[in-house]
Amino acid sequence: MSEHGKQDNGETMHTGMVAPKGRWWVPAHKSEKVWFAIAFAWCMVLFAMMPLWHWKGGQNPTGIRAKVDPVEFRARVDQFVDDYQVDVLNGFPVVEPPPGSDIYLMGRMWSWYPVLKLRKGVEYTLHLSSIDVNHGFSLYPVNINFQVVPGYNYGLKIVPTEAGEFGIICNEFCGIGHHMMLGRVIVTNEDGSMPGTTTVAEVH
Amino acid sequence: MTTTVADRPHGRAPLKEWAFRTCGVTGLKLDRQGELLIKAHAVVATVMLLIGGISALLILLTRWQTVHLLDPVMFYRVLTAHGLTMLVFFIIFFEMAVLYFAAGPMLNSRIAAPKLGWFNFALMLTGATLAEVMIWTGKADVLMTSYIPLRADPLYYLGIILFAVGALLVCFQFFATLVVAKRERTYEGSLPLITYGAVTAAIIAVITLLHGAATYIPTFLWSIGLIDVDPQLYRMLWWALGHSSQQINVAAMVAIWYLLGALTVGAVVLNEKISRTAFVLYILFISMASAHHLLVDPGFSSAWKVVNTSYFMYMAVLASMLHGFTVPAGVEVGQRLRGVSQGLFGWVKKAPWGDPGFSSLVLSVVVFGFVGGITGVTIGTEQINIVAHNTLRVPGHFHATVVSGTTMAFMGLTYYLIPLIFRRKVAFWRAAQLQPYLFAGGMLVFSIFMSFSGGFGVPRRTWDITFSGAPFEMAFHPVVDGLMAIMALGGIVAAIGGGLYIVITVWSVFFGEKFTEADRVPGAKGLPQGLTRPPRPVTAADEKNLPTGRLGHAPGTMILVAVFLAAFAIYYFANWKILSFVWKIG
Repeated sequence: MSEHGKQDNGETMHTGMVAPKGRWWVPAHKSEKVWFAIAFAWCMVLFAMMPLWHWKGGQNPTGIRAKVDPVEFRARVDQFVDDYQVDVLNGFPVVEPPPGSDIYLMGRMWSWYPVLKLRKGVEYTLHLSSIDVNHGFSLYPVNINFQVVPGYNYGLKIVPTEAGEFGIICNEFCGIGHHMMLGRVIVTNEDGSMPGTTTVAEVH
Repeated sequence: MTTTVADRPHGRAPLKEWAFRTCGVTGLKLDRQGELLIKAHAVVATVMLLIGGISALLILLTRWQTVHLLDPVMFYRVLTAHGLTMLVFFIIFFEMAVLYFAAGPMLNSRIAAPKLGWFNFALMLTGATLAEVMIWTGKADVLMTSYIPLRADPLYYLGIILFAVGALLVCFQFFATLVVAKRERTYEGSLPLITYGAVTAAIIAVITLLHGAATYIPTFLWSIGLIDVDPQLYRMLWWALGHSSQQINVAAMVAIWYLLGALTVGAVVLNEKISRTAFVLYILFISMASAHHLLVDPGFSSAWKVVNTSYFMYMAVLASMLHGFTVPAGVEVGQRLRGVSQGLFGWVKKAPWGDPGFSSLVLSVVVFGFVGGITGVTIGTEQINIVAHNTLRVPGHFHATVVSGTTMAFMGLTYYLIPLIFRRKVAFWRAAQLQPYLFAGGMLVFSIFMSFSGGFGVPRRTWDITFSGAPFEMAFHPVVDGLMAIMALGGIVAAIGGGLYIVITVWSVFFGEKFTEADRVPGAKGLPQGLTRPPRPVTAADEKNLPTGRLGHAPGTMILVAVFLAAFAIYYFANWKILSFVWKIG
């Protein structure tokens, strides 16, 4: 006989070290049943929230998703830049597409290309892809994050709801220059004027 | 505690090599070979913990921007080593020790095919060493996930394959030992719950390791230029390995929760049916839950994401919520059966807080549930993942589950394994009593403040968040500096706790005082209370006298789980609110 309950015959209360004898498929105590019911109900709430948000909520990762050849994606990005470039910022073309259009952002080691100039309150379809390895699209300070996978085009309908300058961080490791991979999105006011509010570079 | 050469039970021809000893504390029979295998795996696990722990400290002191210790090349290299060493090598070596323990001593059985066990051990060690060498010599700077098309040396992938094959064979050996125990009738009735939990872990391990093969074998072939692998498919397969392996940890951890409860305070199993069903839910639903790593990936539809995370993952969440009730309730009822039943929380007040096995159990349950569980389920929600993916919220979550949950439970068990398996007293006893509080407390602060930083959009896996050298300027909200400094302090305290654990275990095992029966007196230093003042056996009379109020046998636990649910709901809906503030996207 040990102190750890080996004397149990499995029918009385015993520890998890004891091999229960006889039939142990017996009704649970009431408190356990109550907790089971509550926990199950909570899991159903967790379940219901996702379809509900698709129906009523404004932020969903649905997107238009398709495979794309990196060479072809790059060609589309170049075309996009050719069509709508308005400026150059730190060596990157600044592209101001017409409201409601398809816009492109390309991740590559180690930059986001090009700089996007968008208008507040207007819907765009943002096409994200990479031409080399995985990257992570992370819009600061909004904190919107998407995985950018080479060979896949993620077309997300976005509506910038605030004007200002925004950073695009890469938050998926993509090699030794990963931490220098920083892009830029500029959102103008509804009338196309530049926002006079605090910019992301001035926060510090 | 005598070593005897026992006959093989039940009429078979006696075999001289089956040398058993009977444990004087638990009455369990230990097979010499099985004992050696447990020791070998535990020792290697500790070495891995040391490598992973030093890496952890180096990473921490780099991400703490004020110190910023390593250069970028070393940072990403050490980060690769930290992830793989901790999440794969340390934890799986320890789990293999747990499997040997759960099938052998727990069932009074010999270990099936011990020679195969040593072969498996050698295979795992060779594979792990190969992968470590590749990492530290700079041939695998791809981080633990090695997302294709980042490319490591083929030998790196080969190392992981060898390790996985070894671990897979240990699982089969574990199943074989169960068959041996059943056939030789070393126990009567059904498997003890703890072994049942280990079976769960082993089954999930087989599923996981098969996914591992489906990931790493094609990747190896790709790395030598034979085939192409789709980057998105790779991410799916890798996470079927990467997340399911965390579920091996959870199943093993929960089994250890029941074991520590039993050893320290004689915690009871309230209902075998409920606890076992919860383990089965893990097996059924956890592979699909890997989908929550892919919630903002381009390769999968929303329907696929919702089905896999909600229908399937939430049934595994349900399982954890059940264990999260039955484990503390078992402790409560175990205490009440032995007369510790004053008020709602007398059993908490009178608990053996100086027994590091017990404090580890409580800290593991609490931090795993309140921090790891709640954050994990929340950020694993399809839409909420938009404001969490690849930010520091992710490592903030999993350090609370896998470090202050799983690792803390493993550490707590070690304080019992040292006397029971290694037959030594625990060295530096006062430090050992303090260790769980330092480790879990530090990790709690670390996880919470890491999560907060992630809430500001701070990315994980990034060397420099001042972005020096980038084409544009950007600075995080100034509060992030403060949050990450507190995170670093928490991490340093946890590292001290982890370092203490390694010093204590290594010293105890190699230079510790031998443990004899005579040492088992109340208040003895170097032995957890579960050994010096073991919980007394429960009688039928105790059970009859068990008080039952309106909240059942375990009213204190009912209050605790209600608090848990409230915290869960607040955090969960607060995150929906935060999500609603970001740009419209869909």
